[in-house]
Amino acid sequence: MSSIILQNIDKAYGKNAPVIENLNLEIKDKSFTVLLGPSGCGKSTILRMIAGLEAQTSGTILFDDEDMTNVPPENRDIAFVFQNYALYPTMTVRGNIEFGLKNRKIPKAEIAARVEEVCSLLDISEYLNRKPQNLSGGQRQRVALARAMVKKPDIFLMDEPLSNLDAKLRNQIRTDLIALHKRLNTTFVYVTHDQVEAMSMATDIVLLNKGKVMQMSSPAEMYKQPRNVFSAKFIGTPAMNVISSGKSNISVPQGCAYVGFRPENVMLEKKNNDDFCISCDVASTEMLGAETVIKALSGDEIIFMRAFTSACRPEGRQNFYVERANLCYFNEQEERIYE
Amino acid sequence: MNKTARLKPLQPGMRKAKPYLFILPSMLFFAVFAIYPLIYIIVLSFFDRSIIGDMTFVGFENFIKLFNNPEFGPIMKNTVVYMVIVVLLTTVFSMLVALLLQRPTRLNKIVQQIAFSPYVISTVSVVFVWMWMMDADYGLFNYIIGWFGLGEVNWLTDPNVTIFSIAIVSVWKSLGYNAIIIIAALNAIPKHYYEAAKLDNSSSVKTYFRITLPMISPTVFFLVLINIIGALKNFETIKLMTAGKFDTTTLVYFVYQNAREYFDFGYASSAGVILMVFIAIITLLYFKVLAKKVYYR
Ligand SMILES: Nc1ncnc2c1ncn2[C@@H]1O[C@H](COP(=O)(O)OP(=O)(O)OP(=O)(O)O)[C@@H](O)[C@H]1O
Ligand SMILES: [Mg+2]
Repeated sequence: MSSIILQNIDKAYGKNAPVIENLNLEIKDKSFTVLLGPSGCGKSTILRMIAGLEAQTSGTILFDDEDMTNVPPENRDIAFVFQNYALYPTMTVRGNIEFGLKNRKIPKAEIAARVEEVCSLLDISEYLNRKPQNLSGGQRQRVALARAMVKKPDIFLMDEPLSNLDAKLRNQIRTDLIALHKRLNTTFVYVTHDQVEAMSMATDIVLLNKGKVMQMSSPAEMYKQPRNVFSAKFIGTPAMNVISSGKSNISVPQGCAYVGFRPENVMLEKKNNDDFCISCDVASTEMLGAETVIKALSGDEIIFMRAFTSACRPEGRQNFYVERANLCYFNEQEERIYE
Repeated sequence: MNKTARLKPLQPGMRKAKPYLFILPSMLFFAVFAIYPLIYIIVLSFFDRSIIGDMTFVGFENFIKLFNNPEFGPIMKNTVVYMVIVVLLTTVFSMLVALLLQRPTRLNKIVQQIAFSPYVISTVSVVFVWMWMMDADYGLFNYIIGWFGLGEVNWLTDPNVTIFSIAIVSVWKSLGYNAIIIIAALNAIPKHYYEAAKLDNSSSVKTYFRITLPMISPTVFFLVLINIIGALKNFETIKLMTAGKFDTTTLVYFVYQNAREYFDFGYASSAGVILMVFIAIITLLYFKVLAKKVYYR
């Protein structure tokens, strides 16, 4: 049972400018929360503060109702999976997995049973006597997970654990992690800069930018209801088109500065009379198998369209239409506004 | 297209020879200044050669004379005892100093530089300062010992102590250098291992022995090898502190004495060859056994 609450967290490294300012966050018990954001936005810093590897400059971190400020990392009942795994090169795989349990003076028989259990679950029993440096990236990754799981922690913290793997393996382990989360029924906090990873695994996404929470919601809501331009432009491949509303042929709400719409909502033919319309020049067409991504230019603005028929091959000057219901409006401060 | 076509692949023989061609100049240099003296010493050891008179081939006579010399045993003992003391103390103390000075605080950086300085100062100056401190009548050491009511120690003349006195000076001189190399090795260990160990409830002693020490062991073993060779070859401190008297003649000093004082070059060379063989065996052992065992990554 562990929810994680961050209250008014500030963090500055040394005398440098603060990396995180006044962060408030609640990570729900048993959730699979993904901290998502561009490189350098402070994701690792937040995760490391939760782990206690880094002290916050001010503010409070609570696990349930317990203040963690003075609790050292080893007593926080967490497991941390490092980006580069940090498997001890001086020990065998078994040594790595057992190390934490041995240090906690857990009885030998129980250690053996637990190691056995996680190893068969993660399918690494064959490598137990090897050194980590003699394993492939995917195998190391699973060993790192095993080392975390064997502790049976309340909270799993993972810092971009899949970033060193190739695309195929990443997909597979993604599925494994979702299954693992269901099975263990504990809180996962997962850091990534890859929105696809976040969308596919998370129950809750915390979208960060420059140390601030931009939006916190479920993946579906994050996709459908971006709270601001940053969020709109971060999620989706390609991301949401956001163009200035000056060119709009339809009436927009008061104070609207930008109009946004998803590439898959772009149509080549008008459906309703009040459809949003923008005329642009098709620049390129990419056939990606099931879908086709069309890149077009309107003045200096780039607009993407996603079509799901390979027959769709527009060329030259085109009118793009979007139904009103599929439009998002943003004000001058890039915040979402509604009609 | 044309460009690549013009670059014909080298003939197999030529391709193999190419790297050697590039290092030929430095190999020539090496041959003249390293290989030639080496061979010359080996050749000399089979001749009777002094300043006057001809070189006469004597076969193994120099070696037989050496092994039958009643001083040869004690000389070998001195050599080994000196080496063991120097290597042990240097290794243990440099690792301790490295641990103490590892964190890159401003104070530590200054202390590191100070600790390194003996390595830069000429041995002669170092030795004279220590000799002054070791002086039986006016020296600092006996003065301090006096506080505890202990008797005087004849640091530089008591055959039971002299080899230690010389060893201490050598250790002091190379300690900082060794420590700095170990500090570099310590700092090269990625921090996340320590974070992982902390999360694994590992005590700092345990972390040191299970993670730190194994990870710096390649460096430590390399330093041990360097220190062994350095100790076997040490000459200056002995020459300056005791001139080989009071049970301090080592193999190197013996070579020097026979060549420079008795002008018996053939005999000196035979002792030199023994020293070379000694060093060669240790180096081989290092590369064959230790280097393989302690390597990570
Ligand atoms: N030890 C440190 N000392 C000083 N500044 C640091 C330190 N660690 C991180 N920072 C700074 O804090 C900011 C956030 O870093 P952090 O590692 O949390 O980013 P991140 O979101 O994890 O990025 P990435 O996706 O690249 O891992 C960066 O601007 C970084 O330069
Ligand atoms: Mg990071």
